[in-house]
Amino acid sequence: MKEREKGGFVKNVFTRPESLVDVKTHFCPGCHHGIAHRILAETIDHYGLREKTVGVACVGCSVFLYDYIDVDVAEAPHGRAPAVATGVKRAQPDRFVFTYQGDGDLAAIGTSEVIHAANRGENITVIFVNNTTYGMTGGQMAPTTMLGQKTSTTPYGRDFRKDGYPIRMAELLATLEGTAYSARVATSTPAQIRKAGEAVRKAFDMQLKEMGFSIVEFLSTCPTNWGMKPIDAQKRVLGEMSDYFPLGVYKERKQADFL
Amino acid sequence: MSVGTTVIHRTLMKGNEAICVGAIAAGCRFYYGYPITPQNDIPEYLSAHLPPIGGTFLQAESEVATINFILGTSASGQRVMTSSSGPGISLMQEGLSYMAGSELPAVIVNISRSGPGLGGIAPSQGDYFQAVKCGGHGGYKMPVLAPHSVQEMYSLTMLAFDLADKYRNPAMILGDAIVGQMKEPFEQTPYVPPVATEKPWALTGCAGRPRRHVKSLYLKDNAIEVHNWKLHRKYQRMQEDEVRFENYHLDGAKIAIVAFGTAARVSKTAIQWARNEGIAVGMLRPITLYPFPETQVDEVAKRVDVVLVIEMNTGQMLQDVKMSSTCHDKIRFLGKPCAMPTPEEIHGEIRRLAGKAE
Repeated sequence: MKEREKGGFVKNVFTRPESLVDVKTHFCPGCHHGIAHRILAETIDHYGLREKTVGVACVGCSVFLYDYIDVDVAEAPHGRAPAVATGVKRAQPDRFVFTYQGDGDLAAIGTSEVIHAANRGENITVIFVNNTTYGMTGGQMAPTTMLGQKTSTTPYGRDFRKDGYPIRMAELLATLEGTAYSARVATSTPAQIRKAGEAVRKAFDMQLKEMGFSIVEFLSTCPTNWGMKPIDAQKRVLGEMSDYFPLGVYKERKQADFL
Repeated sequence: MSVGTTVIHRTLMKGNEAICVGAIAAGCRFYYGYPITPQNDIPEYLSAHLPPIGGTFLQAESEVATINFILGTSASGQRVMTSSSGPGISLMQEGLSYMAGSELPAVIVNISRSGPGLGGIAPSQGDYFQAVKCGGHGGYKMPVLAPHSVQEMYSLTMLAFDLADKYRNPAMILGDAIVGQMKEPFEQTPYVPPVATEKPWALTGCAGRPRRHVKSLYLKDNAIEVHNWKLHRKYQRMQEDEVRFENYHLDGAKIAIVAFGTAARVSKTAIQWARNEGIAVGMLRPITLYPFPETQVDEVAKRVDVVLVIEMNTGQMLQDVKMSSTCHDKIRFLGKPCAMPTPEEIHGEIRRLAGKAE
């Protein structure tokens, strides 16, 4: 008799997270938003937060977060998610509040909002997905676009003499006193995905312990707008993107030691 | 003074402070703002008076952030207010459009400056178009209340909260440096809350219920058209049910002034002087600039010989008066940009229109 038929030896090791809605996503093949969504949903489940969470969606491909994550969600104007999250958290300090933002949203139009939310030590968690382009609007140059990268508005490649440099948000936000946790992760290998999950759990933990602002930056792909096959897009993340945007934990508050 | 067993306090205060007292009376416990003259009395008062009663005061890094703090707290189901002045209100237009699209209530106070640009801090009614026609994108509307006294700074603030909640829509108080900075006694009439106060749309965590969304994006099929018709019907209901105005000596008047806010307050003095001289002059004072008292203006215009529109701008509400009335040949205008007309100037104009000028 096989073990399975005896019963008691079968363990379900992979299920859909309760917080992840059972629908097909609109994301392109090879896009990493789906992975980031799943990690987010797993972490919400891990801490049992589904019924006490308010999410804030940004403008971009990830605006449809509310179709996929089974929690209350507010839609913010472009770049304003950390400010909206501030309003939610101040009104409901006992709720778990997160934003989910792309690089155009967080690092260009919303730079002010995220810096000041971090600097206030706003007790919110930011999931920041950096794919070096504006995905939804058709692959224009983002603040994180790599030097030389061709986009629909840098057809000759990004030139630092004209467009400046790709901005490193995880490092920048780590310099602020109010930031409790800042890390950059990737999701191009199973090991990276496991580490990304750990980082998001740590970020959630910071909020639950009222330690201050927490952010996890995901290096992500956009095969459609990069003009790459998904496999080549993974290689780009593992190669030039990780070289310029090093993975790692840039700040981790050990205790509520803020001034 | 007392009505029944309720003691009504009579208080001497600035208009800006009366707004704060009205907001607290109406149950507002959240205020966010960014400093700008001439409304700083409001954040200063609330930074001192909200925390002791368990409220939240937070100074934002910009008006852009402010209006999004407001959006988040409103989406949480709480009464929330901000105040600013022209340049700051301009920065809030984006958020106001999103809030109107997402059907979120809040009270926005504009103690306006004189513009455009950085302009000046002199009293002005130059923000009428921005407030009433709504400066943000997409063609939304919001109730706009125009207090002309410290008493109304108090009472219309309470009303603004009720209208905002009733229609799930931002509501604006439009004042200027005169009604904001002047001190006069007002009665703290008790706040009577509306019967229905539930917010079954608020984002509070989906315990025991399906998840909720607060959003303004409608991409599928004709969803945005359907949404806009719904908003349109709401604005129509406001027009039908919420028009408020003051009839000041209009019975038997031959000359009707139409003015709001500070311009109306000054006009009252001039009207008294003229009436003492036997001139039949009165005033229709719109209290709601949106919804505008269209039918009332039309009825008055038909009855009188002359309609004199007085504004602290070069003619903005004037357009709504003309839109409301077919008697265009009766409509005159007296206005000054970025300055308060004096009672003498208004009195002189009334006398001239009455054929009594020397």
